[in-house]
Amino acid sequence: MIRPRKAGFPTGNALLWLLPLAFLALFFFLPLGKILAFAAMSAAKNGFALTSLAPVWRPLWFTTWQAGLSTVLTLLLGMPAAYVFAHYRFRGKNLLRVLTTLPFILPTVVAVAGFTALLGPHGLLNLGLMRLFQLNTAPITFMNTLWGILLVHVFYNTTIVLRVVGSAWAQLDERWEQTARVLGASPRQALREVTLPLLRPSILAAALLVFLFDFTSFAVILMVGGPYFATLEVAIYQQTMSLFNLPLAGLLAVVQLVCTFVITWIYGKVNGRRNIPLLPKLTSETLRNLRSFGERLAVFGINTLLITLLVLPMLALAARSLLNLGADGVMRFSTQNYTQLFVNSSNSYFYVPPAGAALNSLFYALVTVLLSLVLGTLAAYAMSRARRLQGLLSALITLPLGASAVTLGLGFLVTFTRAPLDVSHFPLLIPIAHSLVAMPFVVRTLQPALNAIPVSLRQAAGVLGASSMKTWRNVDAPLLRRPLLVGGIFAFTLSLGEFGATTFLARPETPTLPVAIARYIGMPGELNYGQALAMSTILLLICGLAIFLLERLQPAGMTEI
Amino acid sequence: MKQKITSMLILALALAFALSACQPKPAETATLTIMTHDSFAASEDVIAAFEAENNVKMVFVKSGDAGSTLNRAILTRENPQADVLYGVDNTLLSRALDEGIYEPYDSPLLAGIPAEFQLDATHNALPVDYGDVCINYDKAYFAEHNLPVPQTLADLTQPEYNSLLVVENPATSSTGLVFLLATIAEYGEDGYITYWQQLKDNGLVIVNDWSTAYYTNFSASSGKGAQPMALSYASSPPVEVIYAAEPPADAPTASLVGRNMCFRQIEFAGILKGTPNRALAEKFIDYMLSVKFQEDMPLQMFMYPVNSEAQLPEVFVKYSQIPAEPAALDPAVIAANRDKWLNDWTEAILR
Repeated sequence: MIRPRKAGFPTGNALLWLLPLAFLALFFFLPLGKILAFAAMSAAKNGFALTSLAPVWRPLWFTTWQAGLSTVLTLLLGMPAAYVFAHYRFRGKNLLRVLTTLPFILPTVVAVAGFTALLGPHGLLNLGLMRLFQLNTAPITFMNTLWGILLVHVFYNTTIVLRVVGSAWAQLDERWEQTARVLGASPRQALREVTLPLLRPSILAAALLVFLFDFTSFAVILMVGGPYFATLEVAIYQQTMSLFNLPLAGLLAVVQLVCTFVITWIYGKVNGRRNIPLLPKLTSETLRNLRSFGERLAVFGINTLLITLLVLPMLALAARSLLNLGADGVMRFSTQNYTQLFVNSSNSYFYVPPAGAALNSLFYALVTVLLSLVLGTLAAYAMSRARRLQGLLSALITLPLGASAVTLGLGFLVTFTRAPLDVSHFPLLIPIAHSLVAMPFVVRTLQPALNAIPVSLRQAAGVLGASSMKTWRNVDAPLLRRPLLVGGIFAFTLSLGEFGATTFLARPETPTLPVAIARYIGMPGELNYGQALAMSTILLLICGLAIFLLERLQPAGMTEI
Repeated sequence: MKQKITSMLILALALAFALSACQPKPAETATLTIMTHDSFAASEDVIAAFEAENNVKMVFVKSGDAGSTLNRAILTRENPQADVLYGVDNTLLSRALDEGIYEPYDSPLLAGIPAEFQLDATHNALPVDYGDVCINYDKAYFAEHNLPVPQTLADLTQPEYNSLLVVENPATSSTGLVFLLATIAEYGEDGYITYWQQLKDNGLVIVNDWSTAYYTNFSASSGKGAQPMALSYASSPPVEVIYAAEPPADAPTASLVGRNMCFRQIEFAGILKGTPNRALAEKFIDYMLSVKFQEDMPLQMFMYPVNSEAQLPEVFVKYSQIPAEPAALDPAVIAANRDKWLNDWTEAILR
């Protein structure tokens, strides 16, 4: 008798777990434990007492509701966009898909520069409105407001919904919905009772990722929200860096971790209840051309919204990088910001040409893709086999997403002090730190697809005499190619744009692009600001090109989403 | 036969070994590691000259701002990650000294440094440079609106300056913290909160970080923001001139340098306790205090030399003002009170 495997991967269960768990233990739990032990020791030595719960409660409450609100808004934009991308063929789709992914890689300083160019006191929109309505002051205030925070969160995270839900939607077999319609369901009924339940795992996965990203939001709150808003992560930063209150910082970090764990666990419970294994369709044969006026209008509307919210700030940034202030105070077109990047004008020891920084960034990003895809795939398989432990294991894997970057960064510094794993000499610690954050993305995009592969397919392959390796290659691999690609792109962009952990770990001679950008924007002078914008535009171009090429990697007929 | 070969081999090996022992060893390049904040910079040839002179390879470890760099040094004290720590300033000095992370070094070059900079009598931390945190103003705006330039901190609460000033949050930005200290030096522990409340009533804008204040809010930067006064450094006006797209006829900004309006930051370097490279570390400290390094600093780090023999570059002489009466507080007083001040300020002004 042939015993069908629950999930066909040609190794034993324990082996699957070994690598991802060892990785987490060494690079996440060990440094985290070390720094928390430091905090506890410091509390024991100097005494630590909370006179009220306000320092914990206040940031926790704000963190939770702003993350909830941001997630809802992101879904409101992301879901219709995912539908449009999964169902219609239209001109410029590939370009728009790449462009909507790019916000993800932008360091916050630069995103703020883009939004300032649009919405700032002298931004395009304010200038236009002032001229139109004869106003003396700018009507739109964006910095230091809650809506500014929400706007930038939507800007950053819509791509998660678009990619995760969009890829599942594109793979959904349309015959289910058609059957429902034939049986008399209205389009709305069919959507509510057939399509959405089938998409539920990926919608939940996307919502979880977006929520956790907003939950641990740091630079956006700090820069856009200003001093009147503080999330847990901001409070941890202040307690660590400015007040040197390690015990309170440690306590806040633990609260943030526990919340992440609970949220992920609840997600697992909700998600794990009933998964309907469905054979995903492989080709995009059902992609439709736009026919009716209504369809055209809807797609036009959604795309306009996407372009306004996601693409325009980046375009403003790129445009601004090509303008310089003349001696007469007038802005003029100039390529000076770019040409200056290639000159070490101050003869600085720490000067790095843009190509050097770009190569460092690309190297780290590729290692991150490799690490997180291998480890993430192993973990996703292990999870889909151990159904009973799935909730716990998936929460463990997701935990790094909710860990405070400041805490973990300090943990790395106190843990990896000796060769060969030595922060100041071992260059791979940067992609390792990036992989910790990228792995949950890979697992989340893989898992719904993996759970959806019907056991009957593998059984059939087994009955027909295929070895387990062959079954994996011929059954699983083709079905997983698309989610693997999505996960890989997430890992790639996450690594390219990551700034927090990198500042802790990067050596000054080998900065990444975001680190180099921060160097310029930390100095006064128009050229420094301009060079930061020029460097960011280069980062956008490189990343756009890389995503474009990555998407070419999949076979024809699967290029959508 | 076989034995003979073996013994001959041993003999040859022994001979080779003995010969190699007699030969002068090829000089080995040592490495010297400097831990510093992100703003550290130096000219290529200045570093290269030190490396060549001492046959040493310099390694720099950067760790964010001064606060997080000190944090790192303290947390890795048992297992020092560098030989020299640069970048602790007078707001952090007491904390660094209390934690005992340095080894004292009485450099002969201290003789050329005025006593006002030598805040640590034990010579654990040696002054390297200083800079003044001052409010910069947009010269064009003040000229256009015929506004007199504020002369005192109290002037800033006057209605004619309503909504014209942006400062950084002391709890998230070191620049902001330093300005908070200036107001405490002027108004004392009992009066500074009242002063800040008056500032707030007069439309003070607070943001979290320097780049937002300077590039988004300040009207004289290329962001063309809404506030013509922004908290920055006395060295920012000459830097604006150096990094202008087209060389301007005059600096677009200047600093408010009235009594107690600026706070002087002094940055220190020290040898980290337990270094195996004590001799080289001493040499590097001496080098940092020497005229060559000190004259390189203004254009690299935008800080001023403490060595009285070092000359300032012309653009600094021309466009930067050095306040005659900067605010100052005893580092020990700062260390004892900064957490309380920050908490009180946050509760009173931000909540």
